[in-house]
Amino acid sequence: MIDTGDFWLLTLLLGIGTFLIRFSFLGIFGSRSLPDWAQLHLKYVGVSVFPALVAPLVMWPEATGGHIDPIRIVAALAAFLIGLRFGVIWSICAGMGTLYALQFLLPNL
Amino acid sequence: MREITTTRAAFFKGYFDCAPFILIVVPYSMLFGVVARDAGLDLLQTMTMTVLVIAGASQFTAVALLSDQAPVFIALLAALVVNLRMAMYSAALVPYVGHARFSTRALMAYLMVDQAFAVAVRTYEDRPDMPPAHRVAYYFGCMALICPFWYGCTFLGAVIGEAIPASLSLDFAVPVCFIALTAPLLRSAPHVFAAFVAALMALAFAWLPWSLGLIVAALSGLIAGAQAELFLRRRKAKGAA
Repeated sequence: MIDTGDFWLLTLLLGIGTFLIRFSFLGIFGSRSLPDWAQLHLKYVGVSVFPALVAPLVMWPEATGGHIDPIRIVAALAAFLIGLRFGVIWSICAGMGTLYALQFLLPNL
Repeated sequence: MREITTTRAAFFKGYFDCAPFILIVVPYSMLFGVVARDAGLDLLQTMTMTVLVIAGASQFTAVALLSDQAPVFIALLAALVVNLRMAMYSAALVPYVGHARFSTRALMAYLMVDQAFAVAVRTYEDRPDMPPAHRVAYYFGCMALICPFWYGCTFLGAVIGEAIPASLSLDFAVPVCFIALTAPLLRSAPHVFAAFVAALMALAFAWLPWSLGLIVAALSGLIAGAQAELFLRRRKAKGAA
């Protein structure tokens, strides 16, 4: 059971802390421009953060107890390849669709 | 592509560009509602957390650690580290929407989530001539769709409170969402290189506590992308000389 006092303290601090993280650069810099070296690196935020989030989730999914699951790897590849060509919605459908299809066809894997 | 002519049109463009992510936000936020109730939180507690924080991964982390009787301080730190990536989003948004009023920027910060960030920045890069006011409207358009679904479906999950069958493998919706976000961002060789390095480093540093591996991997990706771009620029300059 979660202690009520603990919960409220955590939620309040997490709310404030998360806001400060999100506001950090937007709040401080505003319309002042960032130095060139920073702008050079910041172009790559999306393509760095998202793959870094994805890679461990695909390789060692919690749902399989951290064991490599070939079905999930194939489904992730499908989402990626379809996403490159057809965009977000088809990427999501391809990923989940491949996962369900393979789980159905290969129940023992 | 239809030309955006008014601020209003820019808002609705953002609204509809973010629509595909409803597919992910609905199950993910419902799952949080269910998990929070399972952990013993009441409806008010669940909703307060969701409204104050709006950051799924960190909410799951915080609730899981508190249920495991971790000290508040540890749960807080772990959850905040999960959100550290958003400092990078904040910085990356400065060149595009930094001109907005202080209070507007504060509201943008509160609403900053992965999907809105990715969709907005992609559009800003595609349309360098987008007027600044339209950029702000577009950003709020993205969140105007995501946010109500996030609150509403957390509520639904918390009220229904029934476990979503594990056979649906909804855990996989999270990586698929981020893959769908990444694919359209891979617009040049340095972008691809950054993504590759970041993924590799995330696997290599997955053992770090409190998902610090994510931060290490993301920073490596930034450096890899920037260095690749500089390398290509130098090579081009040499070729031209």
